[in-house]
Amino acid sequence: MEAAMGLMRRIPPKHTDTALTALLSLLPHHSSDLLSQVDQPLQVMCDEDCGKDFILCEYNRDADSYRSPWSNKYYPPLEDGSLPSVELRKLEIEANDIFAIYCDQYYEGGTSSVYMWEDDNEGFAACFLIKKDGSKTGQGRRGYLEEGAWDAIHVIEVGPEEEGTTNYRLTSTVMLTLTTNNESSGSFSLSGSIRRQMSMRLSIADGHICNMGRMIEEMESKLRNSLDQVYFGKTREMVCTLRPPSEVAQMRIPEN
Amino acid sequence: MAEEEEAELSDKQKIEIAKWFLLNSPPGEIQYVAKDVKSILNDDDVYHEAALEAFSLYNKSHMISLEMPDRSGDVLVTSFGELEENAYLDPRTTQVAIVDHVKQVCTEVRPATDEELPSPFIEEFRCALDAEILKYVGEAYPKGVCSVYCANGKDVEGLGSDFELVVVISASKHSPQNFCNGSWRSVWNILFKDDLQIVEVQGKMQVGAHYFEEGNVQLDTKHECKDSTLFQAPEDCALSISSIICHHETEYLASLEASYLNLSDSTFKDLRRKLPVTRTLFPWHNTLQFSLTRDLTNELGIGK
Repeated sequence: MEAAMGLMRRIPPKHTDTALTALLSLLPHHSSDLLSQVDQPLQVMCDEDCGKDFILCEYNRDADSYRSPWSNKYYPPLEDGSLPSVELRKLEIEANDIFAIYCDQYYEGGTSSVYMWEDDNEGFAACFLIKKDGSKTGQGRRGYLEEGAWDAIHVIEVGPEEEGTTNYRLTSTVMLTLTTNNESSGSFSLSGSIRRQMSMRLSIADGHICNMGRMIEEMESKLRNSLDQVYFGKTREMVCTLRPPSEVAQMRIPEN
Repeated sequence: MAEEEEAELSDKQKIEIAKWFLLNSPPGEIQYVAKDVKSILNDDDVYHEAALEAFSLYNKSHMISLEMPDRSGDVLVTSFGELEENAYLDPRTTQVAIVDHVKQVCTEVRPATDEELPSPFIEEFRCALDAEILKYVGEAYPKGVCSVYCANGKDVEGLGSDFELVVVISASKHSPQNFCNGSWRSVWNILFKDDLQIVEVQGKMQVGAHYFEEGNVQLDTKHECKDSTLFQAPEDCALSISSIICHHETEYLASLEASYLNLSDSTFKDLRRKLPVTRTLFPWHNTLQFSLTRDLTNELGIGK
């Protein structure tokens, strides 16, 4: 398993899918560990009842079917598929409505889904997902990207209430690929994945959705910022180390 | 049980998978990937077979440089200099380096035979160009290694026939303690066309970088370009070809810089904005209104 995770840190993030399939076939007895530890690009399915897309993940899967957060139905249809309690489903519906607006405001498009389930220690857990295709053939408004995918996975464990406060433990992963391609500079592609955690004890006076939402918003901004500034910045530094943009080189440009 | 046996991979499939991982190693990281692949396979025979095939392909496509044992400098492992599976010509020192692909070392060198080297006529062009490229690479790349090969027409004895030289520039930086590795590779095909009296220059540049401290982010770029110059005496050709190469590589570097500059303000925005369209943080405390008037808010949001 350690070696498998080591490989996942090195294989280009845009090949995550292929790498995971390969590892699953080499290590069939580790399949559940692999599926839970390796984040995969998100898949989308259409909820035919309301004509809306929803995102697939381990948390809305039962057997080979996936539950839509919009109609609460399984696709393909599944009898006795597990469902959240009535009360939790109410919270889930509200979370989906609000998160869809959040998604629209930050992503100008994209698909979002929120799933909730009861966990063993009197609390519950929720998973907030966003998938955005930012390519110019997808939902890229500015049309800069030949290829552009952003997948965000936020899993929050909500602890039991104690004296008006609750502990929230958030684990977030962002996976992205962006490729620009043009005549003068060729193809330029950055792909990456990072995962971070954050825990907070918050008063439940503001409500779970408000608390979870603020944490996710803060985390997404942090992740976006560190990808942009730190991770992309480091690759840029590397390019400049390999071939510094020196004045010497500038001077050697022929004066046609 | 029968099903499980069917699902079991054959050695051949395992070799293919192992090769895939090895060949997709980021610059300078194949040894680390190999260690993990070996431990996952848990089968030395399968691993060795995969490694034998994959390392030589990886070394050639990454154009790695290896130190020659007699202190005569570095030899590039490229398909242009490949004489046999493990023998690579170093045109500058007219030596042949014997290479252990899996260990990524040069074990010995021998002098090249006359048949392995280009004719004196070609050598004049090749040497002149090599000297200019060496000067350029020394100035532009802190750790660049370059080589000029004859790819076609190495036995041409004088004017009247076409021939082709190839300039290879490879620079890499491995800094695993800083979780960062990268490589720059450029290949310039130089076609000397006798009938048209011109020299065509075709370049392919490729840059890769990997940063993996608490994450995995990779840069992968490719660019091709074309240019041409007049067919002149060897020294004059060398000068104009090397300035063409310098010009295009400098321009390419500038375009990479421009791509980075556009990134945070425009390109990245098509994935996710820094702030919502409303330019203020999302009003989580006041979401009740959304559930009631969602459609309206939605429209306002998009309309900024």
